[in-house]
Amino acid sequence: MISADLNIILPEIVLAVFAMLTLVGAVYTGKDKLARPMLWATAAVFALLALWIGTAGGGDRTAFHGMFIDDAFARFAKVTVLISAAAVLVMSEGYMARHGLLRFEYPVLVALAAVGMMVMVSAGDLIALYMGLELQSLALYVVASLRRDSETSTEAGLKYFVLGSLSSGLLLYGASLTYGYAGTTLFPGVIEAATGDHLSVGLLIGLVFMLSGLAFKVSAVPFHMWTPDVYQGSPTPVTAFFATAPKVAAMALFARLLHDAFGGAVADWSQVVALLALLSMFLGSIAAIGQRDIKRLMAYSSIAHMGYALMGLAAGTDFGVQAMLVYMVIYVTMNVGTFAFIMSMSRDGRPVTTIDSLGLYARKEPGRALAMLVLLFSLAGVPPMVGFFGKLYVLRAAYEAGLIWLAVGGMIASVIGAYYYLRIVYLMYFGEDREDALDSGGAPVLWGFLVVSAVVMVAGVVNLFGIEGAAAAAAATLVN
Amino acid sequence: MIGLEHYLTVAAVLFVIGIFGIFLNRKNVIILLMSIELILLSVNINFVAFSSFLGDLAGQVFTLFVLTVAAAEAAIGLAILVCFFRNRGTIAVEDVNVMKG
Repeated sequence: MISADLNIILPEIVLAVFAMLTLVGAVYTGKDKLARPMLWATAAVFALLALWIGTAGGGDRTAFHGMFIDDAFARFAKVTVLISAAAVLVMSEGYMARHGLLRFEYPVLVALAAVGMMVMVSAGDLIALYMGLELQSLALYVVASLRRDSETSTEAGLKYFVLGSLSSGLLLYGASLTYGYAGTTLFPGVIEAATGDHLSVGLLIGLVFMLSGLAFKVSAVPFHMWTPDVYQGSPTPVTAFFATAPKVAAMALFARLLHDAFGGAVADWSQVVALLALLSMFLGSIAAIGQRDIKRLMAYSSIAHMGYALMGLAAGTDFGVQAMLVYMVIYVTMNVGTFAFIMSMSRDGRPVTTIDSLGLYARKEPGRALAMLVLLFSLAGVPPMVGFFGKLYVLRAAYEAGLIWLAVGGMIASVIGAYYYLRIVYLMYFGEDREDALDSGGAPVLWGFLVVSAVVMVAGVVNLFGIEGAAAAAAATLVN
Repeated sequence: MIGLEHYLTVAAVLFVIGIFGIFLNRKNVIILLMSIELILLSVNINFVAFSSFLGDLAGQVFTLFVLTVAAAEAAIGLAILVCFFRNRGTIAVEDVNVMKG
């Protein structure tokens, strides 16, 4: 019995033990001298685990009396999380080394955050949900303030910590009410109590509090205030990490909670999620227009993208979940490439993040500028690129679920949002030549990620590399 | 006779005090940390009250987990605060403002 349970959570155990062993090993031996091999080893372990989980298959399994669920949905989310975390780790090595940030704690914290994310997406119980979420968040607070001697980085960590803890508190208060009124912390028990025309008031308040807590984690409006500051203040590789894996995990947890625990009350949460989606899309598109810092701009961009992903969830159908999963995979791929570009922006060896410094960049670096152009078009959702098909998916899900106002709002927001993406393209190709222009050149690894991501955005048009089928299978196991 | 609703009311009051402590406080980041603790402890009262009312132990187990996490969270929060103080020389909430917009 217990060995069967342990067998199911073996990937999580392997990763947790790996993180703890490398931490202890590095503390007692070389410390920061070991940072580089540890970073590569962690990325390799992520990739191997993704391969293992992705090829394991094997239907729905639950461990520990239903507290931990291993189904196609969890496996899809875990593979996405692990691959994007591995990609960000590999990208960050050069940047971290150049700026004296390559500390041995960094890969350990990322590995622990990944364990938390894997538990989150597999949670079948409120306790497992909370523990996974906290393991992820606590590791991320520390990573945000990784640059200990910088005012902005520690301020980002402090803001992230205070608002993140507040959101955990809201989520927990909701969990306590859900537990009290459902009589159990297990999702199958909650869904039994939360089915019918009208939820009891206690369950409804619990649901709303848990929704607000999770909205903080995916940075949906009106719980987005921490995002721009944290994105801007953290070191760029850390920002790249925040923009990818944790967003996928939080969105998957959102879907898991809504469908596994409150799947019988779709009408009660669909309107709330739709409102979150609409506000996020509009605020993300409008507030980004005035930004001069590209990391801050990417923060608003990710708020808007979370709005589109939530639009898929608001549909409340299995097609909606499938659209959300496809959207998240496309979003992560685009963001990895975009942040590879941002990491390569520097002048005299110092990182630069102002948008104006990109003036006439295309003349010096036509290849990079072209790849960035493809990514920006894709982020904006311009038709031939893959980003357009992601948007089309969620719009269709909302339309088929009868949320026509939401789909129309999404289209308007995406037109507004196109402005600031295209503005960067304009600056790169037709802007003013500046004396303080960026250095040309950059690390080959970043160049590689940028090009691969851009090529995927064009080549993926053919069949989206088959992720549709996997996402459909994943959504089918979640919604029933 | 003190029943479930009394415990829930106390917990709700403490929760609201914690939330207000975070938003109204303009003085000191330490007070933010105290408010966060207050929120987590009010949730614990909820859990124990429900657990005793329902005759189900899961709530008390959850409480123990929350207590452990709260301790870890306070440690990490104070560590970040110490780093912040070394850079800025202040822990007033109104001075946490290098980034705006």
